[in-house]
Amino acid sequence: MKRVSILNRKNALTLFLVIVIYAVIQGLIVTDILPPLYTSTLIQVCIYVILAASLNLINGITGQFSIGHAGFMAIGAYFAGIVSVKFHGPLFLALLAGGIVAAVAGFIVGLPTLRLRGDYLAIATLGLGQIVMIIFQNMDYFGGAAGMQVGRHVNWSWAFWGTIISLVVIHNFVNSTHGRACISVRENEIAAEAMGVNTTKYKVLAFTLGAFFAGVAGGIYSNYMYFIQPTTFNFLTSFNILVMVVLGGLGSMTGSILGALIMTVLNVALSGIPSLRMVITALLLIIMMLFRPSGLMGTKEFNLNFLEKKEERTVA
Amino acid sequence: MKKLFAMATAAVLSLSLLAGCGTTGASSNGGGSAAGGNLKIGADLELTGGVAMFGTAAQKAIDLAVEQQNAKGGLLGKQIKMDYADNKSDPGESTNAATKLITQDNVVAVIGAMTSGNTLAASQVAIDNKVPLITPTGTADKVTVENGQVKPYIFRACFIDPFQGQVAAQFAANTLKVKKAAIFIDQKSDYSIGLADAFSANFKSANGQIVSQEKYVAGDKDFRPQLARIKSSNPDVVFVPGYYGEVGPIVKQAREMGMNQAFIGGDGWGSPELFNLASADQLNNCYYVNHVAIDDPSMADFVKAFKAKYKQDPDSFAALGYDAARLMFQAIKDANSTNGDKIRTALENLKGFKGLNGDITMDPKTHNPIKDAVIIKIENGKNVFMTKVSPK
Repeated sequence: MKRVSILNRKNALTLFLVIVIYAVIQGLIVTDILPPLYTSTLIQVCIYVILAASLNLINGITGQFSIGHAGFMAIGAYFAGIVSVKFHGPLFLALLAGGIVAAVAGFIVGLPTLRLRGDYLAIATLGLGQIVMIIFQNMDYFGGAAGMQVGRHVNWSWAFWGTIISLVVIHNFVNSTHGRACISVRENEIAAEAMGVNTTKYKVLAFTLGAFFAGVAGGIYSNYMYFIQPTTFNFLTSFNILVMVVLGGLGSMTGSILGALIMTVLNVALSGIPSLRMVITALLLIIMMLFRPSGLMGTKEFNLNFLEKKEERTVA
Repeated sequence: MKKLFAMATAAVLSLSLLAGCGTTGASSNGGGSAAGGNLKIGADLELTGGVAMFGTAAQKAIDLAVEQQNAKGGLLGKQIKMDYADNKSDPGESTNAATKLITQDNVVAVIGAMTSGNTLAASQVAIDNKVPLITPTGTADKVTVENGQVKPYIFRACFIDPFQGQVAAQFAANTLKVKKAAIFIDQKSDYSIGLADAFSANFKSANGQIVSQEKYVAGDKDFRPQLARIKSSNPDVVFVPGYYGEVGPIVKQAREMGMNQAFIGGDGWGSPELFNLASADQLNNCYYVNHVAIDDPSMADFVKAFKAKYKQDPDSFAALGYDAARLMFQAIKDANSTNGDKIRTALENLKGFKGLNGDITMDPKTHNPIKDAVIIKIENGKNVFMTKVSPK
């Protein structure tokens, strides 16, 4: 098998597109053309893209059913907030700390619960989300139920590049040996085990990695919003992230990005009609499930492969 | 057929999305030209989510205040137009709502949010953009004052929690004319501790004596051991600054133990649920401090107007929302300008404003209003307005 160079035409083009998107939006922000509401919406899109892509790693790629993602987000949000506010640490360190603590929590919780399957895992993770919320509500160090004040340290550059790095890591993980093992667990756990795949190891690995990025997203959230409260990270937030993943298509990373984008923009666009917002969102989801139950993208990915030369494509 | 339906629904949905975008675009254009005849004020309220009840009550009252003001010719010769933004009872969404109101809709002032957390989340946006904000019911200390410094542009229309302790002490010393008080607090609640400290300091300075102080934790069911110790210290009055969930059983068990003293509390008592936790008979000779009382004679006009418009009784959230809106109108009138700094100065210097239950004067040092509190007496299972206590 020929080794594919990292500097192929596809990667160069992707990088070029990413830089163009960043530069255009950054330019609009710097010149004050983009209204602050649009900037804040874009940063929220970034946060939810990381959350959806990381949940997709657990639910879509590895085929587990976790609905406690807001719990990891909360852990990341609070610990990143503590690092920024109480220790005045740099933002990078804060986000990393949030991610690592969330990953540790994911690992500890994942070890016993990932032995459960299907509904049982769903209930266990739902419980986890609630426990995390209640712990933060009752710890005075974190501000208790009244919440914690965090300054605004995140700007568009941080949110955007944080998202890109997260997506690259998740994408490369999925396409690595470990990622293939995770997919084999999703497709048929018993068969995978029979082929010598250590299923528990890969399930915990995916769960921990997913928790890490949820923590990073939480850190970006708390360092962007001025104020966080435990109730922000309730099970409705977990469901919201799950909806993004399912809307985009379970198992498709570009689907998760699309789902996060649609749900976040819809949420802001409908803010003028609070009474109808929930109805329209719910209606959209019902129609979606009726006519395209596999999600917008199914398990397919949007990529730039079609731009490649024929021989490159066959190798890839 | 199926496909046709799918396409039709998709078309309808995308149209509704476009319509949504259209309205936001139009409103941002309208806000740009302030001389257009409308004066825009924003409200960042909990219209959906966990505490939607607070926000919707305030929204009704604000609409009423705007209607009355516009009937009188509006403000600065313009009609007031309210822009409501829903914060979904969530701090993050409250930041978004404030950002939308201030930067997109170009409002001159913001009313809201109802809870302290949501107000804190919105306040930085208001400060950064120099737009005054007034919260109807955000009682936490740090909403307006942080690290000993008052936050510019942030005001409130309600008194802060510890003030209730002061009012309760004045009421006990001057109206009930008692000398010996016992305090029974929820030891984990800042609210309870704040009220108890203020009560104790003010009661002592009125030549009163605190004969015993006992503690419980929210969620406790049996209060008899602590009540027995309180009983043996023989107080004239027991101050219980807790929430109705524990207050009900405390009063019930105290009465069963033969304690017939008066019980006093704060606004945490104000829930109809209290009457399910103790009998009407047991709750006699109980009093609590609150922001407003619906049967207060000075509120009659507001209650009548509210009932005529909405066919329901206003609650204290509505009353404080109404006060907050009218305080802001008055400040804009005094400032004779829509400039944020001028409105802020006018709010800071507001004196003797006729609020719903008495005169309101803004304290420039804390941005807290100095206003009367009401004492509600529980009489045969009903909350009855008893008296007003002015701060000293």
